[in-house]
Order: sequence, then structure tokens, then C-alpha cells
Amino acid sequence: MNFVTPDFIPALPEIFVACMACLILIVDLFLSDARRDLSYGLTLLTLGGAALLTLHGYPAAPAHTFNNMFVHDAMSDVVKLAIYGVTFLVLVYSRDYLRVRAMYRGEYFVLALFGVVGMMIMASASHFLTLYLGLELLSLSLYAMVAFQRDSAEATEAAMKYFVLGALASGMLLYGMSMLYGLTGSLEIALVKQQLATVPANNIVLVFGLVFVIVGLAFKLGAVPFHMWIPDVYHGAPTAVTLYVGTAPKLAAFAMLMRLLVGGLQDLAPVWQDMLVIMALLSMAVGNIIAIAQTNIKRMLAYSTISHMGFFLLGILSAGPEGYAAAMFYMLVYTVMSLGGFGMVVLLSREGFEADRLEDYRGLNQRNPWYAFLMLLLMFSMAGVPPTAGFYAKLLVIQSAINAGQVWVAVTAVLLSVIGAYYYLRVVKLMYFDPPVDSAPIVAGREFRVLLGVNALAMVAITPWVGTLIDLCAHAIKSVT
Amino acid sequence: MFSDHALSLAIWLPIVGGVVVLFTGGDAHAALARRISLLVALAAFAATLPLYFGFNARSAAMQFEEHRPWVEAFHINYHLGIDGISLLFILLTSFTTLLVVIAGWQVIQQKVAQYMAAFLFMEGLMIGVFSAVDAILFYVFWEAMLIPMFVIIGVWGGPNRVYATMKFFLYTLLGSVLMLVALLYMYLTGGHSFDIPALHALKLGMNEQVLIFIAFFLAFAVKVPMWPVHTWLPDAHVEAPTGGSVVLAAIMLKMGAYGFLRFSLPILPDASHKLAGLMIALSLIAIVYIGLVALVQQDMKKLIAYSSIAHMGFVTLGFFVFNAQGVEGGIIQMVSHGFVSGALFLCVGVLYDRMHSRMINDYGGVANRMPVFAAFMMLFAMANAGLPGTSGFVGEFLVILGSFQVNPWYAFLAATTLISGAAYTLWMYKRVIFGEAANDAVAALKDVSAREMLFLALLALPVLVMGLWPYPFLHVMHASVEHLLQQVAVSKL
Repeated sequence: MNFVTPDFIPALPEIFVACMACLILIVDLFLSDARRDLSYGLTLLTLGGAALLTLHGYPAAPAHTFNNMFVHDAMSDVVKLAIYGVTFLVLVYSRDYLRVRAMYRGEYFVLALFGVVGMMIMASASHFLTLYLGLELLSLSLYAMVAFQRDSAEATEAAMKYFVLGALASGMLLYGMSMLYGLTGSLEIALVKQQLATVPANNIVLVFGLVFVIVGLAFKLGAVPFHMWIPDVYHGAPTAVTLYVGTAPKLAAFAMLMRLLVGGLQDLAPVWQDMLVIMALLSMAVGNIIAIAQTNIKRMLAYSTISHMGFFLLGILSAGPEGYAAAMFYMLVYTVMSLGGFGMVVLLSREGFEADRLEDYRGLNQRNPWYAFLMLLLMFSMAGVPPTAGFYAKLLVIQSAINAGQVWVAVTAVLLSVIGAYYYLRVVKLMYFDPPVDSAPIVAGREFRVLLGVNALAMVAITPWVGTLIDLCAHAIKSVT
Repeated sequence: MFSDHALSLAIWLPIVGGVVVLFTGGDAHAALARRISLLVALAAFAATLPLYFGFNARSAAMQFEEHRPWVEAFHINYHLGIDGISLLFILLTSFTTLLVVIAGWQVIQQKVAQYMAAFLFMEGLMIGVFSAVDAILFYVFWEAMLIPMFVIIGVWGGPNRVYATMKFFLYTLLGSVLMLVALLYMYLTGGHSFDIPALHALKLGMNEQVLIFIAFFLAFAVKVPMWPVHTWLPDAHVEAPTGGSVVLAAIMLKMGAYGFLRFSLPILPDASHKLAGLMIALSLIAIVYIGLVALVQQDMKKLIAYSSIAHMGFVTLGFFVFNAQGVEGGIIQMVSHGFVSGALFLCVGVLYDRMHSRMINDYGGVANRMPVFAAFMMLFAMANAGLPGTSGFVGEFLVILGSFQVNPWYAFLAATTLISGAAYTLWMYKRVIFGEAANDAVAALKDVSAREMLFLALLALPVLVMGLWPYPFLHVMHASVEHLLQQVAVSKL
């Protein structure tokens, strides 16, 4: 038997982050609670180092390694860079929150880093098994993080739900993959695509395989009707964990969707397009309408996430490179928006107070006009009102839906976005038009305040560079299609 | 050099100024915030004057153009320019904002910096709407304007402000989103360009035109507002602070009508002709029916709000008779209404600041205590009723003239406004101003201060000038209106 050493260079960032995670796990064993900052700092350094490695290896041409199980291309790099950035901010935002709640521990950072490795592998997978491996690495880290606050009954319940439903969805995905494997005799995505060219689209095994794959993807995205876990998990998890669950993994889910649907099953686009249309419409409708009834901001943002996933799918269902680029842009914008939104919830919470009811935002403008203004920008961005990033993202996905001939889907989408505007406006109303009920000062570390400010202002400041970002997304997508 | 960036300057100067004002912080520095706002508003007004004096009135082409790629992948450009139609509204905007800053000087005592900044942001965004030549850029300005207005009504408004501002926002947003779909549709079926002149040249079939017309109609008719989508306006006007009402009436309503001229008529000439009957009918209902509704209002602001709807009915009537008198009359009516309705809202504001009531019944005999004020309000009430010699007359006369050429009955129905307009305005004036002092509060009133005198006089001037010598207003738009009418006359089928 001939063993060939694979080329490790394309996977260097993954290897680096995985090694660093192990290192931090060991170093942390020897740290007292007072010196936990070292683990925190090392974790941030790891993300920075990974970003440098990724930037350094930014490829001219896609590079495959590990027997074609792993690919390193422009899309994986852009997604990975975004994941580092988002995770970095998540950790900075959650530092005080974790410390106050006795969650500021080495395991937390290690789990976060393993989650990052999982996401990176998902972004770079060119093989069903690699993809599944990355997905499970991410999911298991997330389950543990949701349950991290051991004495919280809510968090434990959320973790159980997440675990059971997540395992079910992974099973579905795996089942779908196995059917495709049975049909094509290959687990390598590129080969599956080749083999499928000879299979008629109405082949019953193929249809089953496709449906199961889509169910698995829809679950990870949180698209209706596979959205049930989102509100419970977002609500039950400690806000710092919600911040993580609700942001970076969505980027990884986008990459996974690109690898599977576009990389592998592009030829079946006419079949999955119809499914995505239904899911997109349902997600926008259910998300936007149910969000109106929420009194808890984390739940409200959870339903808002569901509706955003519907909009995101509008870009994918157009089944063309422009639509994929639009969807990618949407996902990036969504991640930054929701980072800011949950970041604000983290900011307002303090010891023994979660700031997760809508009531808690009353009169924020009188308590602190600056934070109220930032939240206003985030809310209008989520509602998709110009000149914010959320508008440009919606503009592009709606355009691609019209381009794909789905004019009525686009019309429904914009009308549902008006319904959605109501509950975002309600937050602005509470902040600006109502008198405050809570007069406690809002305290936060300087780096948190500055980064959150940058995060929220980016919603408007992005305006002149929308074109550049789109070009970047289009460039990234080109490496997949 | 200056003329290359004149429009950008007019847009961004107030916005940047607004940011600076926000940074003055809380109400401890309110005086500073006021002074900076006044300086910015003055500078912004001064920045728009060269647009008028440097404007070539003989050309219908876009002038002061600026063109810069923005989102190249989707051919979206930062493309600005003005023609004779948009020029006057830009001046009106910067002028009105200046007045609003002066009018809010003492009245607004809470969150002063935010109040002033919100109006300065609005100014920049509204000028942006009038000078955008790229459809997406237009849409961005058009929608972005809702954010400051939402906050203005909600924070500084009356008791029912939350309901009013939510209704205002959602109503106008709902109207606008379909316009976005229509724009995207035209982009994709046409030459992949969002440039408005390119859209003007776009070939479209009848069905497409009708559907796009309806999408635009929803956006513009809500903003105008036309009957029957006008119901947000009385609520918004009544609850908004004086400055908000002024901007709403003087400029925001004009945007809907401007949209008809910029998009609906030239892009969809066949649908416009086909649906002109409907548009004229809606306009006449607004003129006649809303005029009667105004007659029975007890609240002065509500009365002026309904009168605005009736006056805007004149504007849309003028546009859809497709002749030069009608269109020019409509535009003049828009500008005149900008001055007159703004002035009337400021007058109500002057009274409200003293009495804290807008109910007509709480007043009576104000002239005994406030003769100067009564004289000013007399002028504006007469202008609102369309008295010859005031600006209100010119527009109404031209529109009636234009509609007479199409159908004398239109002219007849439109002319009833000369009766109903006079009735509701003057009856209100009589009940508020004349007679014996109605109660002790009125008997204790003090006449206008120098500051109030200043903004009333600043408004009285254009009202008289426009009424007596409309030439400076008419001649700049003539070439552009002719060009527009040529576009509407040519079928795209």
C-alpha cells in the first residue's frame, strides 16, 4: 500500500486553528481564574493569525488536497475571513457578559475555536464526508456552548432541543447524501455532479436524495418549515451564545449550501428552485408575521432571522451566478446586522438582568442617545430601509428573483418586508418615543463600545463601497460555479 | 469647479452639518446646537442659490450633472442633475428648512440637537430626491427621508404621535416598495440601466406600462396624497410638531407629484393617456369632496391638511390634461402651495405656542390682541383661497385654463374650489381672528415676536412676488415642460 503525504498548505489555516485550540485547552488548565484573560487573548490572536494565513494563501486558482476531499478557493477564503471577523467580534462583545455570569472559562473559548474549525471545513469541503465532518464539529461545539450555563434551566432545555433536532437534521442530510452516493457511486462532489448528468431528473432515488439534502440545509439555515428550533434556542441560550449561534454559522451554512446545491446539484436547479420558492415565501411570511407577536427581543430577532433566511433564499433560487453573489452579500450583511443587534442586547444586560424584553428598550434615547442611535441604524437596516446595508442586500436578492422570472415572488417579498418593518419600528418607537423605566447606567468595556459603534455605523457607512463588496462576492462565487 | 459639484454640495452640506449638530450633545448645549443649525441652514440655502442663477433656462437637458459609478456590477450610478422642473423644488427645500430652523428656535426645548439635525438630514435627502438622475439613487433618497420624519413626528409630536407616525411610515413604505419592483423590472427587461433618461427611452408594451404605472401610482399617490390614499396625512399633520408639518406640506407632498413628472408621464406615455381619466377623476374628487371635508374641520391643522389634499388635487389634475398650461400650472401650484401651506402651519404654530390648542372654538377675536399676526395670516389665507395677486391664484388659474381645453366640465368642477377654498379658509380665519376676544386666554395674547415676524415676512415675500410677477418661476421650467410634453405625446407602442 502506497501512502502519499497530502499537501497540507491549502489547509494551513484549519490546522493552525485546530492546533491553537488544543494549545489553549492545555494552557488554560494552568491558569487561575484571575489570569483567564490569557486564554481570551490567545483566542483572539488565533483568529488574527488564521486571518493572516488565509490572506497570505488567497488563491489564484482553486487548490484541492487530501484526495480531493478539501478545496481551497476564493469562496472558501472570503467566507473564512468573514467567519474570523465575526467570531472575533462575538468574543469581544461577550467578554463582560461571560465574566459576570461565571462563564468566562477556557472551555468556552476552545469550543468557540473548534466551532470555527468546523465552519472552515464546511467552507472548504469538496466531499460529502468532509462536509459532514465540519458540520458535526460545528454543531457539537454549539450544543455544548448553548448548555454552558449549567444552572440555567432554560439554557439546558434549549440545548436539548437544539441537540435532538440538530441530530435529526444531520441524519436527514446524511441520508440524502447516502442516496446520492448510491446513485452515483461517489462521495466527491465534483464526481457526483458528473455522474448525475446521466441520471434523469425524475429518478425516484435522486428526488428523495435531493429532498433530504434540502431538508438538512433548510434546518441549518432555519428556513420554514424547519425553523422550529431557532426561537427556542435563540431565546434559551445565554445571549453571548445566541450572538455566536446567530451569526458565523449562517455563513458556514451558506458555504455548505453553495457546495451542495451549486457545486453538486446545479443541474437539478429547476427541481430545487421550486422547493426554495416555497421555503422562501413561507420563511418571509412566518418570520415577519410571528415576530410581531413577540415580547422578547431575542425571540423577535430569532423570527427576524427566519424571515432574513427567506430573503437570502431569493438569491439562491434564481440559480445563476449573479443571484448567488447577491445571496452571499445578503448573508454577509445579515451576519453583521445580527451581530450588532444581539451585541446591543449583550450591551444592555448586566449582572442579574438580561435586557431581553422589548420593554427594556423603553426610553433608551434618554438614557443614552448614542446607543439608541446605533440600535436605530441596526433596526432600519434589518427592516431594509435605505440608505442602510439591509436595503442594498434586499435590493440585490429581489433583483435576482425578478431576473429569474419570479416577479410575483419578488412582489410578495417586498410586501412582506413592509409587514416586517412594523416590529423593527416598534423597537425604535420604544427607544425614542417612550419614557425610560430603567435608569441604570450602561457600562461596557472600551473595545466593546468602539467595535459595536463601528459595527452599527457600518450599516450606513458601507454605502459607497457596496459595489466593491458585490464584486468581491461575485469573484468568490465564480470559483464555485 | 464649483458647478461640477454644486448638487453634491447642496445635498451633503446639510447632512454633514446635521452630524456636527448631533455631536453638540445634550440639551445643556442647546444654544450651540441652534446656532450651528442656523449657520448650516443658511449656508445650505446659499449653496442652492447658484443653481438658480447659473441655470440655463433655454435648455431642457440635465444641468449641473455629476456622474460617478457606484455599484458597477448592477450599473447603479451616483448620477445627479437638475432640469427646470426640479430646480424650483430644490430652492423651496433649502428655503423651507431655513424657516423651520428659525421657527423651532424657542419652541423646541427638548432634544434640540436631535430636532435640528433631523431637519438638516431631511433637507439633504429631499434635495437628493429632486436631483437624482439614477432611479436607485432616487429610491434611496426617497425612502431614507422617512427615517428622520418618523423620528420627528414620534418624538416631538402631539398626544397621538405614535399612531400617526407608524401609520405615516408604513403607509408610505407600502406605497414605495412596489415602485422598487417596477424599477428593477424595467432594468432587467430594458438596457440594464437605471439612468432615468434611459428609462424614458425604454420600449414597453401596453400591459407592462399599465402594471408599472400602477406600481408607480401607489408610490406617488400615497405621497401626494391623492384620494383615497390620503388618510395618513391628516393624522401625520395634526400630530407632527410645527416644523414637521411645514416640511411635510411644503416639500414631501411635492415629491409624489414630482414623481409623476419624472417617472410616470415620460416612461409610460401610453398608460398615462389610458388612465388619465381615472387620474383626473381622483383629482376632481380630491378637489371637490376633500374641499367639503375641510369645511367641517374643528382643528386648524386638520383643516389645512385637508386643504392641502384639495390643492394637490389641482396639481395632479394639471399633469394629466397633458398641456403646457396644465403642467406648468401644476408645478406653480406645487411651489405656491409649498409657501402658503408652510406659512399657514407656521401661523397655527404661532397660535399653538401661546394657547396650546389648535381647536378653532378656543379662539376668536385674536386680531384685537395680535394685529400684525392677523395681517400676515390674512395674506396667507387669501393666497390659500386663490385670490388674484397672490401665488395661489396663478397655479389654479393655469390649471383651470389647461383643463378647459380638454373638457369644460373638468374646468367647471375644478373651479368650484374657488368657492369651497374661500369658504373653508376664510370661515376659519373669521372664527379665529375676528370678533370679540373669545376668552381670557385670547385676551392675554401677545403679538408676534421679532423672530416670528421674520419667518412670516420671509414667506409673505414669495407669496406676493409669485402672485404679481410669476415670470421668474415660470421661465426656468418652460423648456423642460415642453420637452416633457413631447415625450408624453409620443407613443411607445
